[in-house]
Amino acid sequence: MEVILILAHAEADGSLAKSAREALHAAATLHKSLAGSKFVIGLVGENVQAAANSIAACTATRYLGVTGADFAQPRYGTDAAAAEAICKAAQATVVVAPATSRWARVLAGVAQRLGGRADTHVTGVSAADGKISVNRWYYRQRMESSQTRTQRPWILGIDPGSQTPCVCGAGNASVEKISVNLTDAATRTTIIGVREPKADAQTIRPDAKLLFVTGAGWTKKQADGQTHLPEAEKIILDFLKKSRASLGSSKSLVDQSGEGQAILPFLSHLNQVGQTGATPRHPKGLSTCCHGEEPHTVGWRFIGERRAISLDPNCGWARGKADVLYVADAFKVMMKVNELLATKSI
Amino acid sequence: MMLPAVLDPWAGHALYEAANLAKNQPGSKVWLVSLGPKAKLQQVMMTVAQRVPFELVALDGSASGFTDATETAGALAEAIAAIAGLDKSKLLVFGGWESASRGAGATMQIVGERLGILDQFQGVDELKVNADGSLEILERIEGGKHQVSQCAGAPALLGWATGNLPEPKNNPQVGMVNMRTVMPALQKAKPVKFAGEGLSFASVSLPRQLRETQVVKDKSPDDIAKEIVEWIKM
Repeated sequence: MEVILILAHAEADGSLAKSAREALHAAATLHKSLAGSKFVIGLVGENVQAAANSIAACTATRYLGVTGADFAQPRYGTDAAAAEAICKAAQATVVVAPATSRWARVLAGVAQRLGGRADTHVTGVSAADGKISVNRWYYRQRMESSQTRTQRPWILGIDPGSQTPCVCGAGNASVEKISVNLTDAATRTTIIGVREPKADAQTIRPDAKLLFVTGAGWTKKQADGQTHLPEAEKIILDFLKKSRASLGSSKSLVDQSGEGQAILPFLSHLNQVGQTGATPRHPKGLSTCCHGEEPHTVGWRFIGERRAISLDPNCGWARGKADVLYVADAFKVMMKVNELLATKSI
Repeated sequence: MMLPAVLDPWAGHALYEAANLAKNQPGSKVWLVSLGPKAKLQQVMMTVAQRVPFELVALDGSASGFTDATETAGALAEAIAAIAGLDKSKLLVFGGWESASRGAGATMQIVGERLGILDQFQGVDELKVNADGSLEILERIEGGKHQVSQCAGAPALLGWATGNLPEPKNNPQVGMVNMRTVMPALQKAKPVKFAGEGLSFASVSLPRQLRETQVVKDKSPDDIAKEIVEWIKM
């Protein structure tokens, strides 16, 4: 009999993130398809009651919690100890967790402690004839596998954005408190804070409906033989402000700063999408001034509708990868787009 | 077709950050523990041995992306533990954030666990060593932000993202010094075999990539802009 544990952490305000609800949906679906399985919820945070209450109507039979000030901070030593304690208390055989930065830091280590295995980049969990199988990505989202494991506990990190969030209702959950004996070694690290760009300079918006990808073409010489970086910067930032899109970039563009070339100062490696960058999930994507190479394609993998603007009708980024390719000057098109957006609300 | 063997970008950044740190911390030394088919490792050394000083610890085994991260990590951890004269209380383990086992995002954490390291950081973009030996670390978190942590000091494990350092230029003198230890290390590379027990692949496939692209050539920027705005709003 499988004991399915959903492992989640409460946010700073005590709520559950969307990614946790997505993992919960995957775990609940698995529970439903595995006759005789048990479903347990494990929560970690300074206080988890509000998070538990927010999903009290789900089909889980037990709620376990590790709470206290030591567990407010996302830190390997304490998070791994908390996850280990919950897995043991639940006698979990399958652990489903959202692959947030906090859990991604510890899940594989916890599997090692428990003598189990961890699989990451999981986008699907199912069961047939009592056998669990998962879909996951390999080689930086280039290959997808369907696989099974005999080892238990089997810890699954669910890629955020890959599932429908559960809509189970709120109520009053009875949370069993699990105690964890922390050694001094577990708290040698202190979280000082979070560094982020100023609100108006934050260009990475995971929940945006649109991913706007900029390529190196924005910094190259244009038809008049000159580069137009200030204009490019203004157009791009203006568009982001008006559309609330998230900004992605090709590797060649973000690498330029390290190569002493002209750069767009608001871009960093955090914006990079593709093989060696992020693979964000957005319903729509608009690519501009990119040239096509296979690694970039990986950046498109989880984008729903895709459009591109390029002067090259044979652009490898767009041909066969975008739904629509506009053969045009991105400077002119995006300037006009900004004018239109100024008069229309998105 | 044989693809060239290289360090993946994260592993490369980890190596360059380690070398930079060692340069600025007298008495430090960098070991590069690398697992792959011996011939491939030799190719990798041709590209990195001239970049920064290190001593190679080679493991001769599969570098396939489908190797179980647990087994890969076990071999790497054993090799690290066996390094003669290594003071584990001063050990900083650097590696690629999602390197070994090709983007698994699991190997480093297991290496750390096996070595008993409880201070682990992933998606690291910056490390500062303070005068008292404590470490200040920037890790990538959601939404283009960094979490800033302070760790009491070594031992610690850092899975590097991009870092901030440019790729070092080739230095033939560094290459000459490195090669004195690289070739013997390759010759005595310990063979490792992975059983892959308990793991079964029902299928492995490339996702469908090809889309029917509509190429729009004859519209003015104004018309294209209108179409794009309508599409965004839908």
